Amino acid sequence: MTVGPVIQASGLDLTFQTGDGPVHALKDVNLTVDKGDFVSFIGPSGCGKTTFLRCIAALETPTGGSLTVNGMTPDEARRARAYGYVFQAAGLYPWRTIARNIKLPLEIMGFTRAEQDKRVDRVLKLVDLEGFGGKYPWQLSGGMQQRASIARALAFDADLLLMDEPFGALDEIVRDHLNEQLLALWASTGKTIAFVTHSIPEAVYLSTKIVVMSPRPGRITDVIESPLPRERPLDIRDTPEFIQIAHRVREGLRAGHSYD
Amino acid sequence: MILVVCAFLAWAVGWTLNLTLARDGVAETRAAQITVPVIFGVTVLIMWELIVRGLQVPGVILPPPSAVARAFVQNGNVLWVDFVQTILKGALSGYLIGCGAGFIAGIFAAKSDFLRRGLLPVGNFAAALPIVGTAPILVMWFGFDWQSKAAVVTVMVFFPMLVNTVAGLAEPTAMQRDLMHTYAASPRQSLEKLDLPAAMPFVFNGLKISTTLALIGAIVAEFFGSPTVGMGFRISTSVGQLALDMVWAEIVVAALAGTAFFGLVSLAERIVTFWHPSQRS
Amino acid sequence: MKTLLAILTVVGAIMVIWYAAAVPMNMGTAISEAQRAGVEVTPPEAQVRRDMSGTSLTLKNLGLISATWELKRPRLPAPHQVAIELWDTTAMKKVNSKRSLIYHGWVTLSATLLGFAFGTGLGILLAVGIVHSKVMDMSVMPWAIVSQTIPIIALAPMIIVVLYSIGIQGIIPKAIISAYLSFFPVVVGMVKGLRSPDAMQTDLMHTYSASQAETFWKLRLPSSLPYLFASLKVGIAASLVGAIVGELPTGAVSGLGARLLAGSYYGQTVQIWSALFAAAILASVLVGIVGLLERGLLRRMGLSR
Repeated sequence: MTVGPVIQASGLDLTFQTGDGPVHALKDVNLTVDKGDFVSFIGPSGCGKTTFLRCIAALETPTGGSLTVNGMTPDEARRARAYGYVFQAAGLYPWRTIARNIKLPLEIMGFTRAEQDKRVDRVLKLVDLEGFGGKYPWQLSGGMQQRASIARALAFDADLLLMDEPFGALDEIVRDHLNEQLLALWASTGKTIAFVTHSIPEAVYLSTKIVVMSPRPGRITDVIESPLPRERPLDIRDTPEFIQIAHRVREGLRAGHSYD
Repeated sequence: MILVVCAFLAWAVGWTLNLTLARDGVAETRAAQITVPVIFGVTVLIMWELIVRGLQVPGVILPPPSAVARAFVQNGNVLWVDFVQTILKGALSGYLIGCGAGFIAGIFAAKSDFLRRGLLPVGNFAAALPIVGTAPILVMWFGFDWQSKAAVVTVMVFFPMLVNTVAGLAEPTAMQRDLMHTYAASPRQSLEKLDLPAAMPFVFNGLKISTTLALIGAIVAEFFGSPTVGMGFRISTSVGQLALDMVWAEIVVAALAGTAFFGLVSLAERIVTFWHPSQRS
Repeated sequence: MKTLLAILTVVGAIMVIWYAAAVPMNMGTAISEAQRAGVEVTPPEAQVRRDMSGTSLTLKNLGLISATWELKRPRLPAPHQVAIELWDTTAMKKVNSKRSLIYHGWVTLSATLLGFAFGTGLGILLAVGIVHSKVMDMSVMPWAIVSQTIPIIALAPMIIVVLYSIGIQGIIPKAIISAYLSFFPVVVGMVKGLRSPDAMQTDLMHTYSASQAETFWKLRLPSSLPYLFASLKVGIAASLVGAIVGELPTGAVSGLGARLLAGSYYGQTVQIWSALFAAAILASVLVGIVGLLERGLLRRMGLSR
C-alpha cells in the first residue's frame, strides 16, 4: 500500500437547495490528513464540521471540488469498508446484546462465526468492556454504551475512524475518562482518526491537528498543528503550551464568527 | 325482597373488602392487584343472581348467572362445535391470511416512498370503515360455510396490519440507517437486521388489534348466513327461541376465546420485543 | 401535492383492478343473458359453461366484456353502477322516501349519535372516577381493559330482542349498543390521558398548593384531550358498526344495516354495495368531523402538532 494521504480534499463545495434558497454548507475546503493523524474539527453549529465528516463517509455527496479517501472516491471507500463511523448517540440496537451489536457489521461483511467471536473479545478488551458482552444496551450507562459503539466501529479493522461528537452527550467526568482511553486506543492501534467536537479542551487534548471552522458559508479558517507530544497525561491540560493552543483555537473561532 | 336486600349487602361487603385492599401499602402488592378486580367481578355476579331472583325477572329477559353456568355445562358439546366452526376455522384462518397479507403488503409499500404516501392514507381510511358490512357480499361469493367468514376476517384485519407494518418500518432513525449505509449493507441485510426488528412493536400492535377484529368479523358475518353451526348462528337462533341462557353461554365462550387469543399474542410480543421500553420492567 | 398524486394513483389502481375483476366474475351471468337475447356465445351449452372458469369464459367471449359491467344483478357490480345507484338513491329520491339512502342513513346515524353521546359521556365520568379513586381504579380498570379484547358486539342481537320483548324498540336499543361499544375505548383512553401529566408537572401544581379540583381543570383535563380525541375516533367508528349490526336481528325495515340485509336476501348486489359505500362515507365523515374538532380545539389550546 502506498503511504499517500488518507483524506485529501481540495476546493470542496457542498450546497444544499432549500426552500429559503441555497445554503452553502461547505465552501472551498482544502485539507490533507495523513496516516496516523488525529484530526479534530471544531467550530460552532452550522460550520459544516459534521457535514464534512459525512462527505468523507459518503453519507453526503459534495457538489464541487474533489475528495479522496485512501486514494478512492468516498463511495468506493465505503464499499471497501475503509472506515468505521461513530455517531453522536451510541445507536446500539436494543434487541441485540452488546456482543451481538458488535457482530452486526461483521455479519454484514461476511466474517465467519469463529472470527466474529474472536474479534468481539478483542475489541471489548480494547474499550475496557470485558464481561459485558452478554448485557443489553439498556442495561448499561451512557458512557458504556458509547464505548460499545466505538468497539463496534473498531471490530472490522478499518484504518480510519470517523467520530461525530461521540462524547457530546456525556458528562464531563465520563468524557475525560473516555478521552484518555481513546488516546490510548489510538496509540496502540495506529489508526487515523477524524473527530468532530465543539469542546476546545477536548480538541486540544486529543489532536495532532486541529481544524477550526466557521459558518455561513461553512469553511476552514485555521489549521493548527499541535506541538504537544503524543504521550499525553490528563494534567497536560494545565501546561502553558496547552493553554496557548487553546487560546489560538478560541481566537480562530472568534475571528470566524461574530456572535451576534 | 330479602334477596334484593342481600344483593346490596353483598355489594357493601365486596366494596368494603376492596376499600381495605386498596389502602396504601397493600394496593401495590401483586396479590391485591389481582384480588380486587376478582372480588369486584364476583360481587357483580352475586348481585346479578340475587336481584334477578329477588325481583323474579323472567329468564327471557335476563337469566341469572347460575342458569348461564348450567347452560354452559349442559351444552358443552354444542359450544365446542360452535367454537371450532367460528373461532378455529373462521376467525383463525382469516386472521392468519389477513395478517400475513397485510404484513407482506406493508413491507412492499414501505420500500417505495410513492406507494407509502398513497397507501397509508387509503389504508388508514379503510381501517376506520365498517368493514363487517362486506359480510353479505362475501357470504354471497364464498358460500355459507366458514370460508366466507375467513374472507370477512381477512378483509377486516388486512388494513390495520398494513398500516402498522408501514409505520413500524418507518421507525428506524436516520442515524441507524446511516450506520447500515456506512457498512455498505445490502437492502436485504438492512431489512433483516434493522427494519424488521425495529418494526416488531408496531407489528404486534397490529396483531393485537386484529385479534378482536377477527372475532367480531367471524361472529357478525354469521348473522348474514351460515350453516347450522357457529357462534353467531347459535346466538341469533337462540335469541329467536328466547333461550337467553344459551346466548349468554356463547358470549362467555366468545369472551374466553377473545381474552385467550389476545393473551397469546401478548405473550409472543413479550418474548419477541422484550427489549422495548414498554415491555421492560 | 405529491401525496395527492400518490393517493390518486392508488385509488386509480384500485378502480382498474375492480373493473378487471368484474369481468371474469360476471362473465357467466353475462353470457346466459346474452344467449337468452339471441346472441351467439361460445360454448353454447350452459352445462359445459358451468365447469369453466370465469377467465377462460372471458377469453372465448371477448365481445361481452362491456356487458359484464352493465348487468342488473352482477356478482360484482362495476364502480360506475354503484356510483349511479348511490346518486339515484340520494339525490334523486325524496328524503323521506323509503328508497332514499339519506333516509336510511339518517335512521342509522341518529342511533349512532345518540349512543355515542351517552357512551362518551358516561365513559368520561367513569374515567374521572377511576383517576380519583384507587378502589374504582383497581376494581373496574382491569375489566375495562379486558373488555377491549372480547367481541362484545355479539351481545347486540340479544339486547335488541330483549328490549323489544319489554316494549322498547326503534332508536333506543340501537343507541344502547352504540353506547356500550364507544364506552370502553373512551374509558381506557381518557384514563390514560388524565394520567399523562408527568411527575414534574404534578409536582409543580403541588408547589402552588393547588386543590385536587384545580389540578384537574388546569392540568389533567387539558393534557387528556389528545388521548380523548384518539379514542373518540375509535369510538364513533365502533358506534356506527354497532348501530348497523343492531339493525340485523329483528329484520328492521329501515337503516343502512337493513338495506344490507334486504339486499343480501334478494340478491340485489348493487343495493348492498351502495349501502356499504354509504356506510363507509358516513364513517369517514364522522371520523373526519371528530378530527376537525380535535384540530380546532388543540390549536386553540396551543397543543397542535
